[in-house]
Amino acid sequence: MSSNKKYWKSVEELNENSSIVETLKQNEFVEQIPTDEFLGDKDTLEASTTTRRDFLKYVGFSTAAASLAACEGPVVKSIPYVVQPDEIIPGVANYYATTIANGFDFASVLVKTREGRPIKIENNTMAATNGSANARVNASVLGLYDSLRAQGPSKAGEAISWSTFDAETSKALDALKGGSKDIVLLTQTFASPSTSKLISQFKEKYGNVRHVVYDSVSESAALDAYQAKYGERALANYDFSKAMTIVSVGADFLGDWQGGGFDSGYSKNRIPDHGKMSRHVQFESNMTLSGANADKRVPLKPSEQKIALAKLHSYIVGGFVNQKLPETIEAAVKSAAIQLKKAGSKGVLVSGIQDVNAQTLVLEINAALNSHAFNPSTPVKTRQGSDKEVARLVADMKAGKIGALIMNGVNPIYTLSNATDFSEGLKKVSLSIAFSLKADETASQTQYLAAAPHYLESWGDVELKKGHYALTQPTIRPLFDTRQFQDTLLKWVGSDVSYHDFIKSTWGSTILGGSSFNTALHDGVFVGNITSENTTSENLETEAPASNAANALLNSVKSAKGFELTLYTKTGMGDGQQANNPWLQEFPDPITRTSWDNYLTISKADADALGLMNKHVADGALNGSYANITVNGVSLKVPVMLQPGQAKGSVGLALGYGKTLGLKEEMQTGVNAYALYNNFNKVQNVSITPAEGEHKFASVQLHNTLMGRGDIIKETTLEIFNTNDKKHWNAVPVVSLNHQETPVTSPEVDLWDEFDRSIGHHFNLSIDLNACTGCGSCVIACHAENNVPVVGKNEVRKSRDMHWLRIDRYYSSETSFENDNKKKENISGLGSSLSEFGEMENASANPQVAFQPVMCQHCNHAPCETVCPVAATSHGKQGQNHMAYNRCVGTRYCANNCPYKVRRFNWFLYNGNDEFDYHMNDDLGRMVLNPDVVVRSRGVMEKCSLCIQKTQKTILDAKRDGRVIKDGEFQTACSAACNNGAMVFGDINDKESKVAKLKEDNRMYHLLEHVGTKPNVIYQTKVRNTTEA
Amino acid sequence: MKKSYQSLEVNLISNMKKVVHRKLGKNILSLGLIILLTLTTSLSAQDGDPAKGKSLFNANCAACHKLDKKMTGPALRNVEQRLSETEGLDRDWIYAWIKNSSGVIKSGDAYANKIYNEFGGAAMTAFPQFSNADIDNILAYTAEVKKEPAAAVAPVAASGAAQTGASSGISNEIILGALAVLFMLLAAGLFLVNKTLRRFAEAQNIDLPESTERTPLWKAFIKNQFLMFVVAIFFLLSSAYFVYGYLSQVGVDQGYEPVQPIHYSHRIHAGDNGIDCKYCHSSARVSKHSGIPSLNVCMNCHKSIYEVAPSTATEEYSKEFYDGEIQKLYKAVGWNDADQKYTGKTQPVKWVRIHNLPDFVYFNHSQHVSVAGVECQKCHGPVEEMEVMYQYSPLTMGWCIECHRSTNVKVKDNAYYDKIHEELSKKYGVENLTAAQMGGLECGKCHY
Repeated sequence: MSSNKKYWKSVEELNENSSIVETLKQNEFVEQIPTDEFLGDKDTLEASTTTRRDFLKYVGFSTAAASLAACEGPVVKSIPYVVQPDEIIPGVANYYATTIANGFDFASVLVKTREGRPIKIENNTMAATNGSANARVNASVLGLYDSLRAQGPSKAGEAISWSTFDAETSKALDALKGGSKDIVLLTQTFASPSTSKLISQFKEKYGNVRHVVYDSVSESAALDAYQAKYGERALANYDFSKAMTIVSVGADFLGDWQGGGFDSGYSKNRIPDHGKMSRHVQFESNMTLSGANADKRVPLKPSEQKIALAKLHSYIVGGFVNQKLPETIEAAVKSAAIQLKKAGSKGVLVSGIQDVNAQTLVLEINAALNSHAFNPSTPVKTRQGSDKEVARLVADMKAGKIGALIMNGVNPIYTLSNATDFSEGLKKVSLSIAFSLKADETASQTQYLAAAPHYLESWGDVELKKGHYALTQPTIRPLFDTRQFQDTLLKWVGSDVSYHDFIKSTWGSTILGGSSFNTALHDGVFVGNITSENTTSENLETEAPASNAANALLNSVKSAKGFELTLYTKTGMGDGQQANNPWLQEFPDPITRTSWDNYLTISKADADALGLMNKHVADGALNGSYANITVNGVSLKVPVMLQPGQAKGSVGLALGYGKTLGLKEEMQTGVNAYALYNNFNKVQNVSITPAEGEHKFASVQLHNTLMGRGDIIKETTLEIFNTNDKKHWNAVPVVSLNHQETPVTSPEVDLWDEFDRSIGHHFNLSIDLNACTGCGSCVIACHAENNVPVVGKNEVRKSRDMHWLRIDRYYSSETSFENDNKKKENISGLGSSLSEFGEMENASANPQVAFQPVMCQHCNHAPCETVCPVAATSHGKQGQNHMAYNRCVGTRYCANNCPYKVRRFNWFLYNGNDEFDYHMNDDLGRMVLNPDVVVRSRGVMEKCSLCIQKTQKTILDAKRDGRVIKDGEFQTACSAACNNGAMVFGDINDKESKVAKLKEDNRMYHLLEHVGTKPNVIYQTKVRNTTEA
Repeated sequence: MKKSYQSLEVNLISNMKKVVHRKLGKNILSLGLIILLTLTTSLSAQDGDPAKGKSLFNANCAACHKLDKKMTGPALRNVEQRLSETEGLDRDWIYAWIKNSSGVIKSGDAYANKIYNEFGGAAMTAFPQFSNADIDNILAYTAEVKKEPAAAVAPVAASGAAQTGASSGISNEIILGALAVLFMLLAAGLFLVNKTLRRFAEAQNIDLPESTERTPLWKAFIKNQFLMFVVAIFFLLSSAYFVYGYLSQVGVDQGYEPVQPIHYSHRIHAGDNGIDCKYCHSSARVSKHSGIPSLNVCMNCHKSIYEVAPSTATEEYSKEFYDGEIQKLYKAVGWNDADQKYTGKTQPVKWVRIHNLPDFVYFNHSQHVSVAGVECQKCHGPVEEMEVMYQYSPLTMGWCIECHRSTNVKVKDNAYYDKIHEELSKKYGVENLTAAQMGGLECGKCHY
C-alpha cells in the first residue's frame, strides 16, 4: 500500500460507530427519493404498461428517428385519382357561378375551385342584379370549412341517421296533420320561386301550415309601406347611378340598408365626369359608411330624423310641419329639399327610419320627384319578413297553439329580444326541428338538429329583384352528412325527386320561357319577364300606414329622457351568422378601425359629461371605459368607443356579436345587442351609467386625423376642381436644388438612377378616392387570395395585424379637411404650433371622413430594397417589388424604412402554433388556402405582391395561347373584388389601357410623393361636391 | 392462285354491294347475298396457313381477342372445334359471323344472340374484306396447339446461375486462403533466413552496422513551426470545404430513387413502346403540375394488355414479376380481368413523389413544356431508359438559373412575344433573347 492516508468527507466519519456513515455506505441517499411523487400520478404509473426499459427504448428510438428525419427529406406521397373527373386538371382552377342567399346577404358570385375545393369568392360580372360580393360574401367561403359545423342530423344532441330522422319526423307531422295545432315553418327570406312552390305543396298536404318569414334584422316597415302602396311585399329598388342628388335620412345605403348592394351604382356618379358629379347629403345619428362618404353630413338624433323627413316631405310634396329642429339642421333640411326639387327626376331620397309612415313618405317623395333612380317595377325581393307575424308566432307558441316548429336559416333564440319567451314557447311545441349549419343557440334547444349544408354545397334559386333570377349550385360534394331543407320538404310531401330536379322543372315551367336551364346555370343569373305576376298571395298581418303619414310620423316622436340608441350592423359581421369566421372577426370596422368587438359609440361631448373615456396605453393600444346601458329593464355592460360624428344625445351599438354557441372561444366576442332590439325597432331609448373596469380594444388605427397633411389624402371641392388649374389642388411637391424649386419627380433631384421601364409590362394600380366607399371587400379578397394569417385580438392590439391591404380612415379636426389645411398654413411661431397642432390631433365633432386603401406601393425607388442585408426584396422589371420569403432573415430593416408601413412581420408560425386556433391551424380550415401562394413561416417579412401569382398566370395563359394581352385581363384580388370601380389595375405600357389613362389624369397623385419613392400605386384626388343649392 | 384471285374479286364485290345496300337500308338482302357467297365459296374450304393466320390475327383480331383469355370478345383457341362440338356450328357459320356478325344476330341465330348478350350487347366489328381463305388461315392459327411457355426453363437457369454464383464465391475464398497461407510461409521463411544469416555473422564475428539514433521525421516536423502552420491552415480549409460541401447537399435529392407501390417501368412504356410522355402526363401541357396519371388512363391500354411479352422480361425482372405488377394495377382500379368488369372496389395508389420542390418555389410545367417547348428529358433525364424512375437533376436554384441564362426564349409564332422581343433584343443588341434577359432571373418570378 503506497499510502495510508484516509480521506474523509465529513467529521462524522471520524466517529467509527456512526449510523449515518454506515447507512451512507449502503445507500446513496439517506431518505427515500420521492420518485412516485416526482413521476406524478401513482395509479396511472402503475397501470401503465410501459416499463422503464421500454420508455428508454422509445426515447432512444424517437431521438434517432428525429435526427434521421432531420438529415433525410420527408417521403411525400402523391395519390392520383382512380378515375379523374373530366373537368378537373390538377393545378388549374375552375370557376362556377352560384348565388349566396343566407337570409342576410344575397349576391351572385363566381366560386374559384382548385382540385375540387372552393377557395375564393369573386364577383359575377354577368350579374345584372343588386348585390355584388361584399366583405362578408367574400369571406363566406371560409364558413364552408368551419370545423364546428353540424356533421349530421341529431336528436337531443345524439347523432341519428337521416332515415331515422325522416321516419320520426314524418310520423310526428302526420299526427299533427289537420289537427287544431298549427305546423309552422319559420324561415329566413328565401326569395326562391322553387322553395315557395315547395312550401305551398307542403301546405297542401298538411293543411294547417303557416309559413313565417323572419329577417333577424327587420325591414318590415319598408316592406309594409311598399306593400301598401304597390301591393307587393318587396323593397323599393334604387339605382343611384341615375341620381345626381341623393338625400338620405338615416339610411346607410352603402352599408346593409335594405339588403345593401347599392354602392356600385352610387360610385358611378361620384367620379367627376365633365365637371359633374353627384351630390350626397346625409342626415344620420351614427357615423356610417354613407355618412363618411357624403358631401355633407348632418348629425342628428333619430327622433329628429323623423321631423327632418316630415319637413322634407312638406317642402317637396306639400303640407306643414309644426315641430322645430335646431337651427343648423333646419337650414340643412331646407337646403336639401331645395336641391332635391331642383334635381327633380335626378334626385332621390332614401330613409332608414323603421316606421311604416316614414317609409310611406319616402315613397311619396320619390314619386313626387318622379325620380329615375327609384324603380318600382323591379322591387328587391331579398327581405320579406313580417314583424307582426313573428310576434304572433311567439305569442301562439307560449299559448301552446303550435304543434310543430320547423326552422331554417334563423336563430331566434339569439336574434330575438324576447328570446326567453321564445324558448319557453319552444318547450310547448311537440315537434321542433332546426335546419342549421351549427348547433347554435336555437338548434341546441330544438328536438332535432337537421344538419344543413353550406350554400356552396347546395342547390337553390333566388329571385333577387322582380324578374331577376339567380341559381345556386353546389361547388363541392357535401363535406358532412347534411341535407338541405328543401330536400327534406320534398321527402315530407312524399316526392322522390331531388331538389335539383324540382328547381329544373319549376324553372322550365314558369321562369325560363324556353331558354336553356344549362345556360342559366352557367351564367348563374337569368333575367326573365319583369311583368311577372304578383306572388304575394298570403294574407300576412302587416302594419298599414296612416292616411296622413306625415302627421302620424310626427306624433310618434316623443321626447324621452336619456339617450337614443341606434342599433346597426357592422360591415364585417352583419347579422352575426358568420361570427365563427376569423377573417370577419379580424376585419377592422371601416369607421372605428376596431376588430374583434362591438361597442357603444358615443359623441365626445356626451362621453365627457358621463365621465366615459378612451385612452391610449403605453404600447399604443386603445382602452375604453365600460358603461351599463339599460333599455326597458334589460341591462348590458358594454365598452365605450368615442365616435367623432356621433350625434349628441345618440349612441350606437352593433348587432351580430355576443354569440355563445357554435363558435370557437376566440370568436365569442362582444355583447349581444339583439337583447335590446325590442319590437324589431333599431331605435331604442336607453339610459347609460358608467361601469367599472377598462376594456381592451384591438384597433388597427386610432382616432387619427389628417393634421392638414395634404400629401396623404389630396382633397378638393368640385368648384375648385372645375375652375382652377391642377397645380392649385394637386400640385407636385417641390424640393430646393441650387435654390431653385424643382419638382421631386424630376431626375436631377433623384438619389437613384432611373431604369428604362418602357419595355414589357409595367403594372400600376389606380385607386380612386372618390369611388372608394370603404366597404372592405378588397381586404377580405386579399386575405383569401394571399393566405394572409389571422393573428387574434391580442396580437392586433400589439399592432401585429397581418393585413396586406388596409383601408385607412382619416378624420378632419376642423369641419372639413380644407379648414385643416388652412389652420395648418396659419400656424406660425412656437406657441401657436404647440397649441394648435395639439388641437388638430382631435377629430371634430362632425368631421369629414376619407378612406384610403393602402397596400405596398411597389416603389420604383423603394427604400425597403436598399436596406435589406440579404437582398430578399428586390424590384422586378414589371414594376412589382418582389419579396423572396425563403431569403428573408427577418431583420425588419425594410419595415422600418418603409414610409407607408405596409410590411408585415410573421411573429409566429400562425399555421402551426396552437396559440392561434384559427383556420390556418385547423385541418379543415386549411382547405381554403390558395395553393399558388406560399404560406409564410415564422420570422419572415411579408407584404402585398400586387398579386404576382395572378399577373404571372395571365401572362402564361397569353403565352400559351400565343396572343397579346387585352386591357382588363390583368387583375389583382383587390381590383377584381372592387365593384365600385375604385381600383383599376393594368399595364401602363399598354397606352390604350384604362390605368395608363388614369396615370395621366389630372387627379392622379402618389402617396407621400415628396419622399421620391416613385410608387406604382397611384391615387386619384378626392373631389367633394360642396356646392349647396 | 386462281381461287384466291376469285375470292378477292368476290370480296370486292361484296364490299361494294354492302356499301350500296347500307345506303339503301336493305340489310336483309345483303345478308342473303353474303350467305349465298359464303355458301358458294365454302366448297373451296381448306386448311389454312397458321403463319399467315397469325399475322392476320394480330393485325385485325388481337385488339379484342386473345387465344387463351376472355377479353372484349371470347378466347379463340380451338374456336372451330369448340363451336362444332358444343354448338354444332360449322365453318360456314364462322364465315358468316366474321364477315357480318350483326347480320347473323339479326337473323335470330340462337348462339349469335347468346354471344351478343354475353358480351354486353356490342356486336363484333364486321370484316367483309376477309376472304374465306383468310378466315381459314386465322382458324388454322387458332387451332395450333398451345406452346408450353419457355418460362419453365427460366427458373432452372436462374437457379443454375445462383449455383454457379455460389460456387464461384467458394472458390474465391479458397484461392484467397491459399494465398494467405503462401504469404505467411514466405514471411516465416524470410524471418528464418534473416535469423540464420545473423547467426552466421555472429559466428564469423562480422560487425553488423548499428542503426544510429536519428530525430524521427514527425519530431522534426513538429519542431518546424512554419510547416505546422501551413498544414493547420490546409486542414482547416479542407475541412471547411467538406463541411460546406456536406451542408450544400442537404435537401438536394439528386438520384432519389424510391421504391414505388407498383413497379412502373418507364423503360417499357416510354422507351420500348415509345408512348409520348404527355399521353399520360397530359396536364403538363396546361397546368403547373405534370400530374401523375389517374388509373383510368392506365386502363386505356391495360384493359387489353394484361401481361407483358416474354421478350420484355429482363435478367432482373421476370415476366411473372411484370404480370404481377399489372395485377396490382387491376386490384387498385378494381378491374376484374376474368369478367372484364369493374368491381367498384378501388384502392388509390400511394405513389412516392420523386421530384419535390420546396413550397416557396413556384414552378409551372406548362410554361416550360408548352410555351418554351423544353423536352421533358432536359430536366428529367433519359426517362425512357429508366427501369425505376429517379431524380435526374439536382433541382437546385443554381441549376434553374444556369438553364435560364443559357436558354433562348422560343418566340417564333407566338404573338405574345412579338412586341417585347423586338424591343428587348434591340435594347440588348442580340438576336435571340435568353430567358434571363426576359426577366427569368427575377426573384418574384418563382418565389411568391
